Amino acid sequence: MEMTSPLHDSEAFVGELRDCAKLLSDKLNGDDIEGASKLIEQLLEVRDRNIFNQVGQLTRGLHSALCNFSIDDGLTKEPPEMPSSENQNASENINYVIELTQKAADKTMDMVEASAPIALSLGQEAATLREEWARMKRREMTADEFRDVYQRVDDFFGQMNSGTAELNKNLQNIILEQGFQDLTGQVLKRVISLVKGVEENLVSLVRIAGQVEEITGLVDTADTEGKQNSVSTTAADIEAEGPQINADKRDDVVSGQDEVDDLLSSLGF
Amino acid sequence: MKILIVDDFSTMRRIIKNLLRDLGFTNTQEADDGLTALPMLKSGDFDFLVTDWNMPGMTGIDLLKAVRADDKLSATPVLMVTAEAKRDQIIEAAQAGVNGYVVKPFTAQALKEKIDKIFIRVDG
Repeated sequence: MEMTSPLHDSEAFVGELRDCAKLLSDKLNGDDIEGASKLIEQLLEVRDRNIFNQVGQLTRGLHSALCNFSIDDGLTKEPPEMPSSENQNASENINYVIELTQKAADKTMDMVEASAPIALSLGQEAATLREEWARMKRREMTADEFRDVYQRVDDFFGQMNSGTAELNKNLQNIILEQGFQDLTGQVLKRVISLVKGVEENLVSLVRIAGQVEEITGLVDTADTEGKQNSVSTTAADIEAEGPQINADKRDDVVSGQDEVDDLLSSLGF
Repeated sequence: MKILIVDDFSTMRRIIKNLLRDLGFTNTQEADDGLTALPMLKSGDFDFLVTDWNMPGMTGIDLLKAVRADDKLSATPVLMVTAEAKRDQIIEAAQAGVNGYVVKPFTAQALKEKIDKIFIRVDG
């Protein structure tokens, strides 16, 4: 969102205006009507040019705010050539949030659906065995029946062992899936800062429109606060960027843990 | 083994805490960015630091550099768990002296592997 200060431009504009006004008054006093009307034309031209300049600056500012949303180039480079849909990055970001929340919800439900039958069957088997056990304690069991129960208890221990291991794994995976909250949160923070950038630029547009009136004396001084804080981020060495939306389409980004490991081992780690 | 988990998202801190507990590490504490983490590290004799990169206040990479620059803390193993996936960033972290780098979203297996690797190296 690099913008040259509109304030500076308008100071130059006001200066030019004053010079012209002085000349105009001189010419009128000297009855040089033709010269005076030429000056008035010149004055209008200067004013128009000033407005065009400022609107141009603003358009550029808005454009870079949208371009920066893609984060690729940081804040230091010129925004790329205006593509037909610079909002694409914004919608890609939002789509990434939808995709990630959907995936997390699906996976979490898959895990629960895989776990429920395990818990159910362990519970049922435990209930049956408990009944059998009670019968045995009451000595209502034949030797053959006991042999059967004996085997079932043995099997049950096996089932318990593998079943609880599976449940534990699924529970851990459910926890892990909640990582979407972090990743989507980072992306949404980026969306919020885009919206802020656009808003600040719109405020500048309103201010520029106001300046014209201010100069013509129709309106009191437009508020200038907040003017400087639209361009506060300086790109220091390497900046954090959050999740990469199109990792598979980019060369400068790794697409998974394997590539991280390869890169680090190529560096001797 | 006392471990400090630094991430600005509490969900992620809980996830890492849970995974660490599953691996047998139960003594963990949390901080939400480098600025709160650094004083904790300085006064808390932590054996291991797990940190995110992208955080307000003080980022993970700055925290890593601060840890490496501190006489008392410089030997603390640091694992970075982050969504930052640019090659330049991974190289930057490696050069700053990170001991392991895990990209989000990650698996329990990946986290375990990196931690195991760090401690084999530290112990050996």
